[in-house]
Amino acid sequence: MRALAEELWKDKPGLIGFVLIVTIVLAAILAPLIAPYDPATQAVVGRLKPPVWMAKGDWAHLLGTDQLGRDILSRLIYGARTSLIVGILVVALAGTFGGTIGLLAGFRGGRTDTILMRLVDIQVAFPGLLLILLIVAVIGPSMVTMIVVLALTNWMIYARVVRGIVLSVRQMPYVEAAEMIGCQQSRVIFRHILPNLTSPLLTLGILEFTNIVLAEAALSFLGLGVQPPATSWGLDVSTGKDYIFVAWWLVTFPGLCISVTVLSINLFANWLRVTTDPQEREKRFARARAATRRRQERRAGVGRETP
Amino acid sequence: MGRFILRRLGQGFLVVLGVSLVVFVAMRVFGDPAKVMLPLSATTEQRAEFEHLIGLDRPLPEQFVTFIGELATLDFGDSLWQRRPAMEVVFERLPNTLMLVGAGLGFAMIMALPLGALAALRPGGIIDRVTVIGGLVGLSTPQFWLGLLLIMLFAVQLRILPTSGIGGVSHLILPALTLALPSMARMVLLVRSQVIDELNQQYVKTARAKGLRFHQVLFGHALRNVMIPFITLAGWEVISALAGYTVVVESVFAWPGLGHTAIQAIQRNDLFLLQAIVFTVAIAIVLVNILLDVIYKFIDPRIKLA
Repeated sequence: MRALAEELWKDKPGLIGFVLIVTIVLAAILAPLIAPYDPATQAVVGRLKPPVWMAKGDWAHLLGTDQLGRDILSRLIYGARTSLIVGILVVALAGTFGGTIGLLAGFRGGRTDTILMRLVDIQVAFPGLLLILLIVAVIGPSMVTMIVVLALTNWMIYARVVRGIVLSVRQMPYVEAAEMIGCQQSRVIFRHILPNLTSPLLTLGILEFTNIVLAEAALSFLGLGVQPPATSWGLDVSTGKDYIFVAWWLVTFPGLCISVTVLSINLFANWLRVTTDPQEREKRFARARAATRRRQERRAGVGRETP
Repeated sequence: MGRFILRRLGQGFLVVLGVSLVVFVAMRVFGDPAKVMLPLSATTEQRAEFEHLIGLDRPLPEQFVTFIGELATLDFGDSLWQRRPAMEVVFERLPNTLMLVGAGLGFAMIMALPLGALAALRPGGIIDRVTVIGGLVGLSTPQFWLGLLLIMLFAVQLRILPTSGIGGVSHLILPALTLALPSMARMVLLVRSQVIDELNQQYVKTARAKGLRFHQVLFGHALRNVMIPFITLAGWEVISALAGYTVVVESVFAWPGLGHTAIQAIQRNDLFLLQAIVFTVAIAIVLVNILLDVIYKFIDPRIKLA
């Protein structure tokens, strides 16, 4: 754990990403404590106030107010909750479903495998977002609809990844040995196969989480995700777009929040991928060695004539 | 080749059948088209008449057979909003979407190869770091926000480009750029890591040892091997753009393509038009997938089409 922390400290982009994620998660959890105002409180007199550093800005509203006089900073803090909840729930639902399908396909093999993977192939070729739009339009937009529909359209990648790993792990001598000495199927799956899945599934889940955050924002922006009076960054950009000629801050800040959230997760995941992948570690090690050697040669070569 | 395409068309048929099953279940089992499409003030008689008109009063299996029959003849009924056949509207808007996707992703592909290769020449160098961070920023930016920022900068502040709509080339620049940037970021990162991997391969050392110049190895060997994963990702980008990214970009810029029309159809409760758009895009995706496999064959003779 300590060694891991030290490695993260050396990778500055990864560290920045990690710190930002922790900040955002804390802000979301502690929203009622740190938000200066209720995100839905309207104030007719204080509409479209600019952020504090502008000429007409005011310390009462650090990032200004929107067209209904609601405090933007408070809305951003509460908006983090929506993004995180939707992201976590969708990844958990889709990961569980897709993972189970992949496990079943890889473990059973044969006809089960063929049928399940054909199903995956077919659904991967679906017109994703358009189909989501159609379903949401028919059933009616709400946060629950969005979560279910996003989970039902994003499970395939987990199935493919899990199946691939299960297929290769099944060939391993220790799994064959476990089957040979008469372990029950459930024991083979849970004791011997599942532990191999944690690391790749973790990385995949984190990367998928960013996609879901972006998808939630896009759906809410299009008016088919989170519905007012609930708050969401995508929703706030959508209401702010009618005011881009007079109030740039309405669109800029919520969008920036989405971008920073996704970027910090990507920076962290990038570090995580390189750190947990033995091949990548080896490459990085070789590169560092080569760099040191070049530096030493250069230093040693100062006195000599250079070719 | 002919047999291969036939087989892939068969698989594509399964995809379209799957889409139609999902649409049918969503619309007829979970949803209620009469409730969505009729005004709130509709009387019970009007409701019954509408349900009879589109066959909602028939048993579900019979409805499904009729539904598939209508699909096969590309008959999606009349658009409620435009009061003319839905397919007519689709064919009118489809070229605009194809133009946007072509311009945006064409730009992204042309830029991604040199940028990614340049970054890969010195891994860990200053160009490489800027490219990687830039790439991560690019794929972390929501497209609708990027579009609005570009509008604020170029149309509202600088007043050099139009905010929205369709017209000359100047109308195409901002939407195409918005569509391109996240895709470009993904492609640059892919090309970079692939070129780094290729340049570390043994054949590169062999080629250098027998006297080839570095650029000969790069263009003649390394980049050619990068083309396969590059085309895979580029194809995926085209497909996901068609499958939905254009919806976001087109509605930000009011670009009259299929995506913007889909949102307008939803706002006007025009399910027939929406359904026609979804199927057109599903068929387009099937065709792009087949095209990709054929392109693979031409790029890499080792690949056998089966």
